[in-house]
Amino acid sequence: MKITEALVDYISQLSRLRLPPEEKRAMTTELEGIVAYMDVLDGLDTAGVEPMSHVFPLKNVTRPDQTAPSQDGEELLANAPASKEGAFLVPKAVE
Amino acid sequence: MELWKLTALELGEALGSGSVTRAAAVQAAQARIAWIQRSCNAFLTVTDPQTPQKAGDSPLAGVPMAYKDNICTKGVRTTCASRILENFIPCYDATVVERLAAAGAVSLGKLNMDEFAMGSTSETSCFGPVRNPWDLTRVAGGSSGGAAAAVAAGGVWYAVGSDTGGSIRQPAAYCGVTGMKPTYGTVSRYGLVAYASSLDQIGPIARSAADCAAVLDVMIGRDARDSTSLDRPADGLLAGLTGELRGKRIGLPADCFGDGLDRPVASAVLAAADVLRARGAEVEEFHLPVMKYVVPAYYIIACAEASSNLSRFDGVKYGWRAESYGDLGELYTSTRTQGFGTEVKRRILLGTFVLSSGYYDAYYKKALQAKAVIKAAFDRAFARYDLLLTPVTPSTAPRLGESLSDPLKMYLSDIYTVSVNLAGLPALSMPCGFDPQGLPIGAQLIGPPLGDGEVLNAAHAFQLETDWHRRHPGGQYAPAAAEGGI
Repeated sequence: MKITEALVDYISQLSRLRLPPEEKRAMTTELEGIVAYMDVLDGLDTAGVEPMSHVFPLKNVTRPDQTAPSQDGEELLANAPASKEGAFLVPKAVE
Repeated sequence: MELWKLTALELGEALGSGSVTRAAAVQAAQARIAWIQRSCNAFLTVTDPQTPQKAGDSPLAGVPMAYKDNICTKGVRTTCASRILENFIPCYDATVVERLAAAGAVSLGKLNMDEFAMGSTSETSCFGPVRNPWDLTRVAGGSSGGAAAAVAAGGVWYAVGSDTGGSIRQPAAYCGVTGMKPTYGTVSRYGLVAYASSLDQIGPIARSAADCAAVLDVMIGRDARDSTSLDRPADGLLAGLTGELRGKRIGLPADCFGDGLDRPVASAVLAAADVLRARGAEVEEFHLPVMKYVVPAYYIIACAEASSNLSRFDGVKYGWRAESYGDLGELYTSTRTQGFGTEVKRRILLGTFVLSSGYYDAYYKKALQAKAVIKAAFDRAFARYDLLLTPVTPSTAPRLGESLSDPLKMYLSDIYTVSVNLAGLPALSMPCGFDPQGLPIGAQLIGPPLGDGEVLNAAHAFQLETDWHRRHPGGQYAPAAAEGGI
């Protein structure tokens, strides 16, 4: 699997990251080496094996609905980089 | 004996009997922490002792401890050693913090780590690397490096860390202390900042297996706020430590003792096998060929989950925000680009790649299938054996700076620990000797799912016969033991 700078650009965009040119070059080379190593898995016969996302067979874990107080709004907003009138403040998203 | 050299249970007993006061214990810890901060950089935040509301009935009540800095502590900053969270002050406690506080734990602060627990050396911390108290030119391991270093150097009597691919066990091995990753689901992850949710598990680092059992006794159990937590009876892991090993079958996977394993580590772990044999266990070699596939499967799954979990850090709801940005998209991108370190970005990119359209089947789905094959191989092994014994790491602690230059090499050094997380198993790292440079060596005991008690009991049996866990950095190092006791 060849990792190109164009592919790194594409996955950076998906990840909301922007690598400066020098960092991008280094990252391309490193990812190439890591992905090449991951091809070791090609040697493992997994025909007919069901992918396992969880080691225990947990299904539909539910609890009864109960009303409980929410976290205090002011406490939550205390960590926000910017807030206004009880809301998170961000640049305008829709003109 | 100096207080810092006691085990957590010994100090707990002294506090209970009144022969040591809580103030004296805290004072002893603070004196050590002053040295540790200058030399090892183990703490990110040192707090005044958080006096528990209740006295607590745990045998560890009143014993000073600390948390890895990815465990949320109400009112105390929780940074994950990342710029993006450097000023984050949680408005709630993690479940483990609530439970330990109720049992009388006295927290002295938050411990350094690899950024977002991504790393094997605690060098990816944005607050500088942790240094190994046995040799300050070497790493403490990672990602719970601050936790292992703080316990080894006597700043706290135990610490609570997290283990996604070896992050408790590996630094414990490098620092000569005991660390346990319990069965997946044993300890609630509520309040643990997520790295790879299907693999993350909280666990203790302490001097002895008995200490680890006592800490787990407090933390264990179902929590409605973590739907993957198991309803395990808190039946007393500490009370179950008999040291009895007669008739136990222990398997040594030959695949963990081949190429790439340093000789002093191999000798020390095989010597540990002899100690277990002498206590009545039957130890034999067997083959576990899936070991070849564990590192690629682990890094694909862990990075995939990380790329999803870390998407929440966007400079909006909490954490750091880039100083200049234009529109909303630019705010996200600039914040993440400047807020995350290189290793975190590398894993996010790798995870995004293996999940992206066109590569998903070849990498992510393949890794999930490999996980099923690896789990099945361990199931077969545990049909024959009660426990497995392996090294924790291929070598002892590397020098600072050696690992970061070659990320793939660093990933490969996780070979003995990551399989345990993939299969959801309990495993413990215990000190079993020193290499010729005087650096600690760890042996790993792995149990079947829910076999946490078996693992702890075998480690306890080993520690009844040996005193590797009672060695202290800067203390009396016995050259005769340089080859791991052989």
